[in-house]
Amino acid sequence: MELTLIPLVLAAAVRAGTPIAFAALGELVAERSGVLNLGVEGMMLTGALAGFVVAQQTGQPWVGVLAAAVAGMVLSLVHAVLTISLQANQVVSGLALSIFGSGVTGFWGKRFIGVPADGFTTTAVTGLGGLPIIGPIFFQHDALVYLAYALIPGLWYILYRTYPGLQVRAAGESPASADAMGVEVTAVRYRCVAIGGVAAGLGGAYLSLAYTHIWIENMTAGRGWIAVAMVIFGTWDPWRTALGAYLFGGVQAMQLRLQAAGVAVPTHLLMMTPYLFTIVALVLASRDTTRRRLGAPAALATPYVRE
Amino acid sequence: MKRRWGTLIILLLFLTLPGNVFAAQDSLKVGFVYVGPVGDYGWSYAHDQGRQYLEKTLPDVKTTYVEAVPEGADAERVLTQLARTGHKVIFATSYGYMDAALKVAERFPDVIFLHCSGHKRRQNLGTYFGRMYQASYLTGLVAGKMTRRNLIGYVAPIPIPEVIRIANAFARGAREVSPDVKVHVVWTHAWYDPATESEAANSLLDIGADVIATQSDSPTPVQTAEKRGAYGVGYNSDAGKFAPQKHLVSAVWNWGPYYVETIKNVRAGTWKSADDWWPIDTGIAGLSSFGPAVPEDVKTLVERRKQDLVAHKFDVFWGPIKDQHGQLRIADGEKPSDTVLLQMDWLIEGMLGRVPR
Repeated sequence: MELTLIPLVLAAAVRAGTPIAFAALGELVAERSGVLNLGVEGMMLTGALAGFVVAQQTGQPWVGVLAAAVAGMVLSLVHAVLTISLQANQVVSGLALSIFGSGVTGFWGKRFIGVPADGFTTTAVTGLGGLPIIGPIFFQHDALVYLAYALIPGLWYILYRTYPGLQVRAAGESPASADAMGVEVTAVRYRCVAIGGVAAGLGGAYLSLAYTHIWIENMTAGRGWIAVAMVIFGTWDPWRTALGAYLFGGVQAMQLRLQAAGVAVPTHLLMMTPYLFTIVALVLASRDTTRRRLGAPAALATPYVRE
Repeated sequence: MKRRWGTLIILLLFLTLPGNVFAAQDSLKVGFVYVGPVGDYGWSYAHDQGRQYLEKTLPDVKTTYVEAVPEGADAERVLTQLARTGHKVIFATSYGYMDAALKVAERFPDVIFLHCSGHKRRQNLGTYFGRMYQASYLTGLVAGKMTRRNLIGYVAPIPIPEVIRIANAFARGAREVSPDVKVHVVWTHAWYDPATESEAANSLLDIGADVIATQSDSPTPVQTAEKRGAYGVGYNSDAGKFAPQKHLVSAVWNWGPYYVETIKNVRAGTWKSADDWWPIDTGIAGLSSFGPAVPEDVKTLVERRKQDLVAHKFDVFWGPIKDQHGQLRIADGEKPSDTVLLQMDWLIEGMLGRVPR
């Protein structure tokens, strides 16, 4: 493969990984507070549709992004009410919301299929965009990609260096101790699930407003599930989770570009790798002992009831 | 007292029963199973347009559709469900429904099943498809005329013979008008993933393609092409809305007339299991309207070649045809049988990329 194509592959990896990164980082926040949200796929779709519809009607992509964030948040709050206040099984609630999100967007989105809309276009970062090699890979994308960049260190900082972040981690590790220390576990969990919904909505909006400028049913094509897996893959750390997301995007971008470059690659094997990693990660994470070793929040997916 | 009410209710039920029976005799229930969502604006969307045409043309036919049914066990379940609930004709609209359709057809010999793009039949299971490769060839003519850099990118979904054949037909058309043209195929390995299809288009644009054609289920490759200043050729449905400037033409399906004809035959009692492969003259596969960039002489050429196809003066895969490694696959003067076409698993001369094994 020509060397000149490598930056293009990496740039494509960044693009393909961005929606997953958004959704995975949001899911990370929710899981860190102790709530497992499997409804990410439904929330991404809700965000994608809401973002597309509002952007198309108003002609303003950023207004669409706002709408996507709100839509994702609303759906995630349903999950929050069900699992935090009503203590329903988190896995079931999440799955139900995924299916619901897919169905409801398919239904409401019918009018918008085949409707064109303007979305985000590439805006190079002044100065940085002109750097050799690094420039095209990281700094010649649309605005939402840069937002995702900001999210990673931002989340790391808030989670590990601030008091609210400490509260989140405490609620996920030992809600009883946190409660005894005066942390409002319920409120913290609600907020974190909402943040997860916002981020998933943003991820969806990226798909319908930046990556493509289209709404089609089920356009996330399973990326929400990959996002959930990436949280585990990244062992609940923002940097590693984001890395996983971009790696996954990279594999997708890679297999296409290797084909375009005429390289004989066993595409089926290559395509399998992210799913293989995901399955391995999920299997490992479902064993309690491994989970604890990996650093999963100890109280993940267990509702907290104050005794 | 209760006894009398009970008897009265039962009598009322019996009175409505003849009404039910009459209703069943008048309206024929027809089922459709789609592999994707109707909202894919692609393959399943086209089939659903056909279903709606059927309902409009024959108003006493009642149709049911189930969308986004995965190939495999789910398909079997859905087909069984439709057969059990009084549907007398069921259309299974995806290649991967083949074995499920065969199994369910064996269990319900009174129900007529039609499997799109397959090749296994029974006395009550027929197969149907359209010679989309003819329409695809015509779009290739346009693409070949419009490319300046002689590199056309082709986004293809899953490497089955049908897809390969349609891609080959496209390349045949492009190379007929421009023998130096290369058609580079990239496989997304999915029928439907708009974002990945867009990325596939990007990967082809990055290596210098100035026309992007697609055979996948969404119009995103055409949209992506326009964003980067390249022409686009769509598939399944008219992609013009997504690329108003640079869309050249799309190869589109028109299933409606086939569905109407089939139901009419079923009603008349003349339906027989067959392998229906309707040619371009029936309109089952055709072209969308041309985009603004296509010049008049190209439109004239396309029309002329289409008439040649309709009049059987020529067909897309009449020899000589070499494969991409230079080996002669169809001899000069040979007119390959449908079997050869249905089993095509090699790319023709002038195509880049491989058929993954």
